[in-house]
Amino acid sequence: MAARFELEAEALARLMPMHLMLDAAGVVRSVGGTLRRLIARDQVVGAAFAELFDLRHGVAGATVSALLAAAGGKVQLTVQGRPDLAFRGLAVPAGPGQGALLNLSFGIGVVDAVQRFALTEADFAATDLTVELLYLYEAKTAVLEELRALNARLQGDKVVAEEQALTDALTGLRNRRGLDLAVEAVTEPDFALVHLDLDRFKAVNDGFGHAAGDHVLLEVARILGEESRRGDTVARIGGDEFVLLMPGMERAEPALGRIARIIARLSEPISYGDAVCRIGASAGLILTVQVPGADLGQLLALADAALYAAKRGGRGQALLWAADMALDGG
Amino acid sequence: MNGLINRAIQCFLRDGWGNAAWLDAARAAGVAPRGFEPMLDYPPAVTERLLMAASDRLGRDRDDLLEDLGTYLVSHPSRAAVRRLLRFGGTDFREFLQSLEDLPARARLALPDLALPVMRVEPMGEDAFRLIIGDGFDGAGAVALGLLRAMADDYGALVVLEVGATLPDGRAVLTIRLLDAAHSEGRAFSLGAL
Repeated sequence: MAARFELEAEALARLMPMHLMLDAAGVVRSVGGTLRRLIARDQVVGAAFAELFDLRHGVAGATVSALLAAAGGKVQLTVQGRPDLAFRGLAVPAGPGQGALLNLSFGIGVVDAVQRFALTEADFAATDLTVELLYLYEAKTAVLEELRALNARLQGDKVVAEEQALTDALTGLRNRRGLDLAVEAVTEPDFALVHLDLDRFKAVNDGFGHAAGDHVLLEVARILGEESRRGDTVARIGGDEFVLLMPGMERAEPALGRIARIIARLSEPISYGDAVCRIGASAGLILTVQVPGADLGQLLALADAALYAAKRGGRGQALLWAADMALDGG
Repeated sequence: MNGLINRAIQCFLRDGWGNAAWLDAARAAGVAPRGFEPMLDYPPAVTERLLMAASDRLGRDRDDLLEDLGTYLVSHPSRAAVRRLLRFGGTDFREFLQSLEDLPARARLALPDLALPVMRVEPMGEDAFRLIIGDGFDGAGAVALGLLRAMADDYGALVVLEVGATLPDGRAVLTIRLLDAAHSEGRAFSLGAL
């Protein structure tokens, strides 16, 4: 015959603060302190189990025999009228014809439950690992927060680094690399590329100093920015050399018209302190429709040839590349 | 995972003596002004350089500084997570002391790379204990002294802490006398405060 043990109800409650001892009729004979507090009813001992709990997942009727007949005595249940207060439980027979001992736990809902019901260490048996689970949950949350903050900082650094790698430090315009990427990103099949070079910029630097030169470059950048349209890219690719990328341009006249306007604005005097800086600009224009399949390097070389022709032809003007223009700029 | 430790020293200097003190110490230690990322690793020598620089800058003994660091880790509002995680060790200071032996394993559960020294707690009569801290970091005893003092306050316990003679094998020793486990209310701690 199997060994039988007797246990005082108080000892049982310390071992299992969330237990229910049911008699054969399904009446509660003993309840753990934590569970009693959670159920929050005046009388738990003496109440019928069926009035306190609903069994879930198709276990028929909240009776002792139904509890014990459930798969291995494993049940899921909720407190009546409190569908949010859910437990999983294990029921074992208390003895032949003597009801059942049912022990409950929160399962994974324990983190929520501890917060909602302000449970303390004293609500769990000393052997229960809930406190360790909570410790782990909190530690991992702290670590995740740190990692999230680290990721945000790294992401911010990455954006800045990428931006810096593509940007001309003085003017904030794109640099040559930024121009490369902009050309790659052009979605329209045809575009115009303008190579623009300032006239008499060296005289500003020599006559008024580099600070004046930098001021002029910033003004040029501002004007180029104001004159560009949505989708355009303006890049500074050398000391006083700029490139304008104008997507969607397949005819020369409108492009030349825009460049003429830019040259006119750049030819207006720029004040720097007491000094008045007078520069101008020359430009060479190439349309992708002129040389289908050419890459950026080839387009820039052709625009450069047109620029050289414009400078040699008297500065302050823009020329469209033509096949008779020398390629090497000489 | 020494980024976490370096970062704690950084915040300790900044919160305790202001940003200028941190920046001076960082410069002297060859550390970028932005400091450390808690989740990254740094060469071990950096920690020592930073401690020396901070000790110089503040004109304070290295051990004094480390003791204050231990207190800071538990009691400063910006370190609330550390204090809470330590409080999971036990419901009173006596239990907490015993839980120190589990601390390296607990730390590893949270962060597998975080290596804390091995700790042993030995009873010395009724209400006295000896905490032996494993080798690894010169000054671990000082940090533990400040940390235990702050944790005793946190639990509301009245204790007398003393640094004992370092053992021949290099392990640090602290003696703890528990005069009154419930001397004051201590700070509240609830399991589910997150």
